[in-house]
Amino acid sequence: MAKAITAANFEQEVLKAEKPVLLDFWATWCGPCMRQGPIVEELAEEGYCVGKIDVDQEPELAQKFRIMSIPTLLIFRNGQEAERLVGLTPKETIKELLDK
Amino acid sequence: MENIVIIGAGPAGISAALYAARGNLNPLVINNGIGALEKAEKIENYYGLEQPVSGRELYERGLAQAEALGVRVIEAEVLGISGFDTFTVKTTAGDFDTVSVILATGGKRTAPKIPGLREFEGRGVSYCAVCDAFFYRGKEVAVVGNGDFALHEAEQLRNVTQDVTIYTDGKKPEFSREHPISVNTMKIQAIEGEDKVSGLLMQSDASVQEAETQVKSFYPADGVFIALGTAGSTEIARQMGAEITDKGNIKINEEMETTIPGLFAAGDCTGGLLQVSKAVYEGSMAAISAGKYVRSKKSS
Repeated sequence: MAKAITAANFEQEVLKAEKPVLLDFWATWCGPCMRQGPIVEELAEEGYCVGKIDVDQEPELAQKFRIMSIPTLLIFRNGQEAERLVGLTPKETIKELLDK
Repeated sequence: MENIVIIGAGPAGISAALYAARGNLNPLVINNGIGALEKAEKIENYYGLEQPVSGRELYERGLAQAEALGVRVIEAEVLGISGFDTFTVKTTAGDFDTVSVILATGGKRTAPKIPGLREFEGRGVSYCAVCDAFFYRGKEVAVVGNGDFALHEAEQLRNVTQDVTIYTDGKKPEFSREHPISVNTMKIQAIEGEDKVSGLLMQSDASVQEAETQVKSFYPADGVFIALGTAGSTEIARQMGAEITDKGNIKINEEMETTIPGLFAAGDCTGGLLQVSKAVYEGSMAAISAGKYVRSKKSS
């Protein structure tokens, strides 16, 4: 299952992760985010590291990563932002970038 | 609660309405004018037409045919669609709850060729006020567009910031009602910024000033929301979170269903051949699929 990422666990779960981490910035009131959710959840079931950041709960994280449009997906590699996808993104596109 | 709301009354929308009506589904059609058929002076390549007909005549005959079958057609502009399990279609003539929706408003509007638009997508440029207003609390925002769709988007943004301006990009304002939002009618030169949007570079109206004295000027904005023309099928689908293809068309399967269950699309908005024949097929198919969907939903 995708993990809920907060300011408190961000360092441990994202920055110190050994595998690439997919982060999904979302909110309950955003239609496209509700469609993106099941897609990232499937990727989590397939064994990828996936974290979800609710921008309502974690506005500082959203601000820190300059999120201005949701859904936005970030892929972190070795503690660094490596990819940024804005808008609803199909599973295959995300998978290709995670496997890169 | 409606069974099927069909948005658009061209060949795709009306064909959908005919099949839905004959399938006892009592569809509601929301019509916002003729669309691309207006430009077709003569249609000669459609089955059964011994004499060519104009696009307008075909459109009018289609509407008359649907009305003769008892199809309800209302004149209104769609502002947006919300909901997950069932849908609410927001229009200038009120809201309609429905089990399924068929999008058939015709082709996508050409995106404005404003320099900076693509470059700043997700970095200040947004297509969805409902989704992204959150990030602009108390900030300065611009809505690029004209008419009631732009007004609707601007009002969404007013919930989070008072600093909202509609930029009509050189067009005369066309709003169907009074509103308190400021409007700028200058022509947009470019969306500017560095790592994110900082504002709009404008050029003053040539009709007001001599060409030589035209002054470019900069209007700061933290966010630029694009809401051009009326909300077309693609804009509606995008805001709902349906998948859009690389070419900017709505992605559908063989049953004309989008990636959202209960949301169907037909005609020019799905890309491919921009022909009456293809729109008629897709409209018919969309109605049959929507009918199946409505029945399965009601029996469950």
